[in-house]
Amino acid sequence: MNRTLSPNFSDETPSHSTRLAKNASLVAGYPLKEEEDLLLSVKGLITQLRNGTRIVDDISFGIRAGETFALLGESGCGKSMTALSLLRLLPDGVVHAGGTAQLNGVELFGLRERGMRDVRGGTAAMIFQEPALSLNPVLTVGQQIAEALALHQNLRGAAARQRCAELLAQVGIPDAARRVTEYPFQFSGGMKQRVMIAMALAGQPKLLIADEPTTALDVTIQAQVLQLLRDTQDATGMSLLLITHDLGVVAEMAHRVGVMYAGQIIEQASRTQLFAKPLHPYTQQLFAALPDAARRNQPLAAIPGSVPPPGSIARGCRFAPRCDKAWELCNEQTPEWTILNDGRGVRCHLYQDRGSRIEDREKTPSPPAPLPQAGEGNSILTPRSLILQVSDLQVHFPIRKGILQRVTGQVKAVNGISLEIPQGRTLALVGESGCGKTTLGKALLQLIPPTAGSVQLAGRELTGLAARELRTRRAAMQMVFQDPYASLNPKMRVAEILEEGMAALNIGSGSATRQTLIDTLLDQVGLARSAKWRYPHEFSGGQRQRIAIARALAVSPQLLICDEPTSALDVSVQAQILNLLRSLQQELNLSYLFITHNLAVVEYIAHEVCVMYLGRIVERGTAEEVLRTPKHPYTQALLSAMPRIDGSARERIKLAGDLPSPANPPPGCHFAPRCAHASARCREAYPEERNVAATHTVRCHHA
Amino acid sequence: MSFTPVILWSDALVFLLLAVGVAAAWYIRRHEHLLLPWRRVAQSAAAMVSLLVLSLFLLVGLLDTLHYRAALPEKNGGETVYSPEVLSVLDKLVEPLRTHTEKTYSAPLAVTLYAKESLSDAQGNVLRDYPRLRYGGAHLADESQLASDILKRALLGALGGLLAGLLLALGGKRWLAQRRLPLRPLLIATLAIAALAGATAYLAAAYHVLGTDKVGQDVLYLSLKSIRTGLIIGTVTTLVTLPLALLLGIAAGYFRGWVDDAIQYVYTVLSSIPSVLLIAAAVLMMQVTIETHPQWFDTSASRADLRLVFLCLILGMTSWTGLCRLLRGETLKLRELEYIQAAQSFGVSSLRILTRHIVPNVMHIILISLVMDFSALVLAEAVLSYVGVGVDPSMISFGTMINAARLEMGREPMVWWALAAAFGFMLVLVLAANLFADAVRDAFDPRLNRTEVAA
Repeated sequence: MNRTLSPNFSDETPSHSTRLAKNASLVAGYPLKEEEDLLLSVKGLITQLRNGTRIVDDISFGIRAGETFALLGESGCGKSMTALSLLRLLPDGVVHAGGTAQLNGVELFGLRERGMRDVRGGTAAMIFQEPALSLNPVLTVGQQIAEALALHQNLRGAAARQRCAELLAQVGIPDAARRVTEYPFQFSGGMKQRVMIAMALAGQPKLLIADEPTTALDVTIQAQVLQLLRDTQDATGMSLLLITHDLGVVAEMAHRVGVMYAGQIIEQASRTQLFAKPLHPYTQQLFAALPDAARRNQPLAAIPGSVPPPGSIARGCRFAPRCDKAWELCNEQTPEWTILNDGRGVRCHLYQDRGSRIEDREKTPSPPAPLPQAGEGNSILTPRSLILQVSDLQVHFPIRKGILQRVTGQVKAVNGISLEIPQGRTLALVGESGCGKTTLGKALLQLIPPTAGSVQLAGRELTGLAARELRTRRAAMQMVFQDPYASLNPKMRVAEILEEGMAALNIGSGSATRQTLIDTLLDQVGLARSAKWRYPHEFSGGQRQRIAIARALAVSPQLLICDEPTSALDVSVQAQILNLLRSLQQELNLSYLFITHNLAVVEYIAHEVCVMYLGRIVERGTAEEVLRTPKHPYTQALLSAMPRIDGSARERIKLAGDLPSPANPPPGCHFAPRCAHASARCREAYPEERNVAATHTVRCHHA
Repeated sequence: MSFTPVILWSDALVFLLLAVGVAAAWYIRRHEHLLLPWRRVAQSAAAMVSLLVLSLFLLVGLLDTLHYRAALPEKNGGETVYSPEVLSVLDKLVEPLRTHTEKTYSAPLAVTLYAKESLSDAQGNVLRDYPRLRYGGAHLADESQLASDILKRALLGALGGLLAGLLLALGGKRWLAQRRLPLRPLLIATLAIAALAGATAYLAAAYHVLGTDKVGQDVLYLSLKSIRTGLIIGTVTTLVTLPLALLLGIAAGYFRGWVDDAIQYVYTVLSSIPSVLLIAAAVLMMQVTIETHPQWFDTSASRADLRLVFLCLILGMTSWTGLCRLLRGETLKLRELEYIQAAQSFGVSSLRILTRHIVPNVMHIILISLVMDFSALVLAEAVLSYVGVGVDPSMISFGTMINAARLEMGREPMVWWALAAAFGFMLVLVLAANLFADAVRDAFDPRLNRTEVAA
């Protein structure tokens, strides 16, 4: 099925089925009657700062019992504020300024604080994004769950203890009776999120608000947690308000979806409707901005700019400045909430019966012109010079114990990795957090001294070089970091940031030459030249990442190590950065080592893929080979765990448990304890590398 | 020339600090991101009022720092001879306060001494009564006019002060309004201070507003002179602590390994020694050295001054550990940040990373802790002088005032005013400094993260 426009919908123009919603108080977006069994019904919710800036602006939606409603949107759109408004847990300086919310027949904003306390954790519970921060580290998980039980179920003592164990068992924590007495630090990230869910379930809530419940988790763990949420919902019949930025999660979980933009819900529809044919230009462009294999050779349809800060757009449609279909009216008049015949709601002038809607505005965004092909097919045959050759690289960290700090063990963060990157190609390094991929990146740059092995950059050995000799080679290899907020010194201006590397490596003589170089760099990464006299805090996340890329390019490297360069960015901004990286590769013939956990990005940008598990590469090959015909069970599991927006039914490989500690890896094949195909042989010997095709190798006894 | 300027060691250090302060202010003015937190400080009413009070103290301290020696009338073979007494501009300004010394104790605004003495009248009869003061209320023919005269002078003085304050406020209003500073609190504070100062000044012309001490010196004068000592202890000490704490703190945090171990051992050991003991030992050693080398000093003031400078040095040597620990912790955090790693991957030298990346990013901690430490140091001086290991006994300071007043607290009737004056002045100074420090901390605290962007 086509992801954006399915053929049976594409010829049906919305104007045939449009009618204007006259009654603004109608619970919009779905043909719901007032009396219908809505568990939560929110009308005209407004949340604002004390100075009147609206963060959540006139939001209405309803959730029926047993239903999952997803609030989808980029960061800063007001999703979390909506949830916090409902539970009346707003931070200081933010106030509820209008609207009603009825939960299970109770008007939440009419309750006294005491009554509200019964609602929180009782009728409505909430789980948060970062499980590590939502549990109190000095209390056992049992004590924390018992707190909720005592408050809402009036259970104490032995009964509470027993219920705790039941709840932990319910959320799939093995050996629950014993783990009740353990502290949060003894649980892994995914397990902590399970504990959070157990705690939320303790009050037997009718509504569970999940604020980005899986964003901090790895993709295999995310799949487990989402499955758990679905199972719990089936078992208890509770409703779920799911807040997320991830279209994939929405596709897997939601019954209905509200798309938020700049504090407003701009589109509301059932999941099938939304994924079959998104109506609002923002939703359409959001879909188009997702990277995947099908768009490998074309730039992504990135949405220019970023989400406007609250209160910055007073008049007109808030998306108009970034919209490719906007016309004069969009800048002048705020679009009304319109409910179409099929029950969907949308806030866009395109769908209002004003007679001004012209057919040709409806044309689907023409796919961007494909990039000139960089010899995609025959590239494997034509030999390219290797820019980076790594053989048997090891990075071990000693574990010290006791007063004398004796070394008692080794954390084998990187354990015998070999790879090479040809000039002008992209190698993606895929793996879950803790598998050693960032350590590998830093070891390549010699920021962490490798324990053994060799790193050859353009044919020259880097390991074991003295600091001075190393400095002369540093220009050839640079790094782009994950978090653009932490990777730029807030006290330095952009020009100073860009100049630092040049000064350190003696590139460009004199400040005049360097200033022209800086201007060129800013042009290259698509920033205005005037940007160089400004400080990083004046830029958005995407712009900062551009500055970080420009900084790396300043010393004209041949290889860029990109450590999750887009994982801190929104989808629309991610597309901008991916486009930039692609075009830079073609202009400058750069090579990339692309470290990521996002397989969709890999599909889009990588030529070759290495899959890493616990310090070793378990499978490598061209992107096509690894992603289409994965041989290693781990790769297969990763691919199946990735939420896909086409909702296509596929066999889901459930991975049991978490990534083992690299300090104490399982004997034999490290993956064996989590592998469905594991045999006795797997638990004894680590599999040798085997070629399954000319460029495709795998380390598995069974492949 | 009727005088020759004298620059004592502490004066030189104060001027150095002043120059550094002015240079820093000039630098900050030109950098929008550095100016931003100060703008927030300026928006806070409490901060601005305490800054006003602090700057008055600072003004008194600075006037007291401009030292000179006056020329004596008699000449030695055509060569001008200067008095061995080192005076300051403040001394000159409040000359009556300095020179009008009574015989011994007198209560605030009194016209008689505090104790009865045997007086002989014109007939030769000896009677015991409170003798009239030489200067305090000397213009009054009759003691019964005292109350009305005080009231009249206080009101007139306050009125005059108010008028002056109003003129000042009108002049400064435009300037303040342009910068959107809190207008009303500043206006009220200015008027209140002006009225108080006016009343005090007018009263002080004829009375001892805060009484006199054992040797008849005016307590108001002593309090004003103490301000400089307190300020010097509070600020010059930072000249010693800052380089030590900054250098060792960021070196320990950035280099880790044996550098970190060594520095940590040093400051752990140093902070385990009772600091009063350490200071006492150092001060006593210094005292002996000074006393055995009288030829080093041409005036007693310069001797007392050197002792003050050394006290600052010793206080500095013992109080850098707290800031050092803070800076080490912050640097440990910063060195893991990605922009430091980016710099490392360019091969930028460690020294450059420290100066360009680490120091600017720990500046807010330094600033906050310096302002916070100031009040602690002023109090520490008082305690040390009280214990007897502080400043030279001839130097006027809050500590010596308290020490002198200590013995008199037990006598009946109690002599309370010297202690009360020292207490009041110190309270106002330290309170203003603390309130200002609070505002500074809030403005620089990254956790109270405000999203406002430089305009």
